[in-house]
Amino acid sequence: MTISWRSQLEKVCIPIGALLVSLIIFGVFCAFAGANPFGVYHSIYRAAFGTWGSFQNTLIRAAPLMLSSLCTLLPARLGLVIIGNEGAIVIGGVAAVAAGLTLADFGLPTLMIQLGMALAGMLIGGLWIGAVGALRHYRAVNETISSLLLNYIAIALMNHLVNGPMRDPSSLNKPSSFPIPDVHMLGNLPGTRVHYGLLYGIIACAIAYFLIQRTTFGFAARTAGGNIRAARLAGLPVGKLTMAICFLAGSCAGLAGMVEVAAVHGRANESLNANYGYGGVLVAFIARQNPLAASLVSLLLGGILASGGILQRSHNLPDATVLVFQGIVFLVVLFSDSLYGKLAIFQARSVSLPPAAPAATSV
Amino acid sequence: MSADLGWWGVPLAILAGTLRGSAPFLFVSLGECLTEKSGKINLGLEGSLLMGAMSAYAISYLTGSPWTGVIVAGIAGMALGGIHGWLAQQPRVNDVAVGIAMIIFGSGLAFFLGKPFIQPVAPQLPSIAFGSWSSSPQLESALRVSPLFILGVLIAPLMQWFFRSTRWGLLVRAVGDSPDAARAMGISIFKVRLLSIMVGSALAGVGGAFLSLYYPGSWTERISSGQGLMAVALVIFARWNPMQCLYASLLFGGAQAIGPALQSVGVDAYYYLFNASPYILTLLIMIITCSPKRTLTGVPGALGQTQE
Repeated sequence: MTISWRSQLEKVCIPIGALLVSLIIFGVFCAFAGANPFGVYHSIYRAAFGTWGSFQNTLIRAAPLMLSSLCTLLPARLGLVIIGNEGAIVIGGVAAVAAGLTLADFGLPTLMIQLGMALAGMLIGGLWIGAVGALRHYRAVNETISSLLLNYIAIALMNHLVNGPMRDPSSLNKPSSFPIPDVHMLGNLPGTRVHYGLLYGIIACAIAYFLIQRTTFGFAARTAGGNIRAARLAGLPVGKLTMAICFLAGSCAGLAGMVEVAAVHGRANESLNANYGYGGVLVAFIARQNPLAASLVSLLLGGILASGGILQRSHNLPDATVLVFQGIVFLVVLFSDSLYGKLAIFQARSVSLPPAAPAATSV
Repeated sequence: MSADLGWWGVPLAILAGTLRGSAPFLFVSLGECLTEKSGKINLGLEGSLLMGAMSAYAISYLTGSPWTGVIVAGIAGMALGGIHGWLAQQPRVNDVAVGIAMIIFGSGLAFFLGKPFIQPVAPQLPSIAFGSWSSSPQLESALRVSPLFILGVLIAPLMQWFFRSTRWGLLVRAVGDSPDAARAMGISIFKVRLLSIMVGSALAGVGGAFLSLYYPGSWTERISSGQGLMAVALVIFARWNPMQCLYASLLFGGAQAIGPALQSVGVDAYYYLFNASPYILTLLIMIITCSPKRTLTGVPGALGQTQE
């Protein structure tokens, strides 16, 4: 059983090692920019995880990241690279606001309105990315490119709506939709400033893990992702699988949009386009497409995002520092993917391998 | 400006917008074309574009010479391309993921280093007045063309000739179409791809220099409207053909000018949707031209394959 524990250790050590290496590179970068790297590390730690108050900031940012990462993560199990998270968040948020305002006009109770908003966000977000899956299956349109284009189209659509049909005339500097009445906003978890969106994110990640690893549906998806021709031969409905997974992926991102609207902004405007989409792509890749790991990585990235302000205030570094740090982490983690199976420590010792096996190689 | 021209101002504004707005598209699409011909995708050209825009502006401000800025923008793009080219060729590393990482890293670096240059005004690139014969000031200003744009227009046929008629062009195509055959010929796939990606990224950097030193002609964090991201779509649209990259860029530059042109005559109802017309156009074209039954003509054989 030495193989198993060594490869388990490899799976833990390589990502942690990658994070450490990226911290070192980032430290060197900060040193060149004239800041004390250890002071910067300390500030990031304090702003992200240091106190309960700052950890809550991290949690608030982690919630949309968890949901958004699933939009890349689920299709990745099918072998699709989808980066349309930003668009699905934006369009889901707009749909949630529209649903919330309509339902509030009918005078429904708060719970119904919140449910309606969540369903609207998930439905529209799901259809948005589901369309990417359908185009992929029926027209062989590259899913990365089409989802990327749909990001821009979604943002344009939102700008069109909040500057025109949905515009609240009192929002002058930053055109916005009408606000959702405060009583219908998503509340906070008891005793915290953290909204219920975090719970949505954790539940969604747990469901995604169960769905992918423990159900026939997930097994079918993983099979199709591993070898699409074999999946077709086995009689799996690849088209339906693609669209179902893409719909689920989009509905997670749409829910992230709903959470942002219903718990943070209260209205749809350009604040929705806050790069949680590309952050989600980053989380999915660092988590190596594992939903449980994604929730932890979201915490980490949420912490990095939360530390942007303090880097500016106490180290005089521009706010883009956080972006540089994210980029470094992403690049180093991607590089670390190529190290699996290469480091001698993690390889099982070849104890009793018979040297002469020419028959096997000549086949 | 176009108020006294009435509706004639619309085609004129679109013409002017095409001549001004298509150059960044042209540079990034030619860069992406070269990259993809070698068999790798570089989604990170947006990062190179922003880095190019920032470094060109900063160098132009510091040295007073915009052309030095253009050269430095190319070098900055080349450096980012070097990172991408090296990393995307490691085993089991997905080039699309590296591209997204390079967008984050490149734009972060550009915003970080460019923070002090948002306020100052840097010397701009000169323009050539092709419309000096005209008495109409609108036509005169519409026909002002940047020499950088002309350079881009010249690079397109040059690259076409490079792929078709030179030994080096053949090497790039061989590496992109069938790496195994190229390996059998004794070509270093790694080096060819690295160089193609670096030169492609340098072109994107020059495209960024056009943004900050000609039009819109300033450095801000919102200077790019996603031209670098569009490169990949443009190249698919252009079927991996440099000359068609030129036509596609002109079309996209024109499409981008529709929204502002209509706004100038008072039609602003669908301003934001017209601004998204390049993206909608690309998506429609891809839906129409792609098919599950055949691969696209012109697509490099080994495009998008990850080394195991």
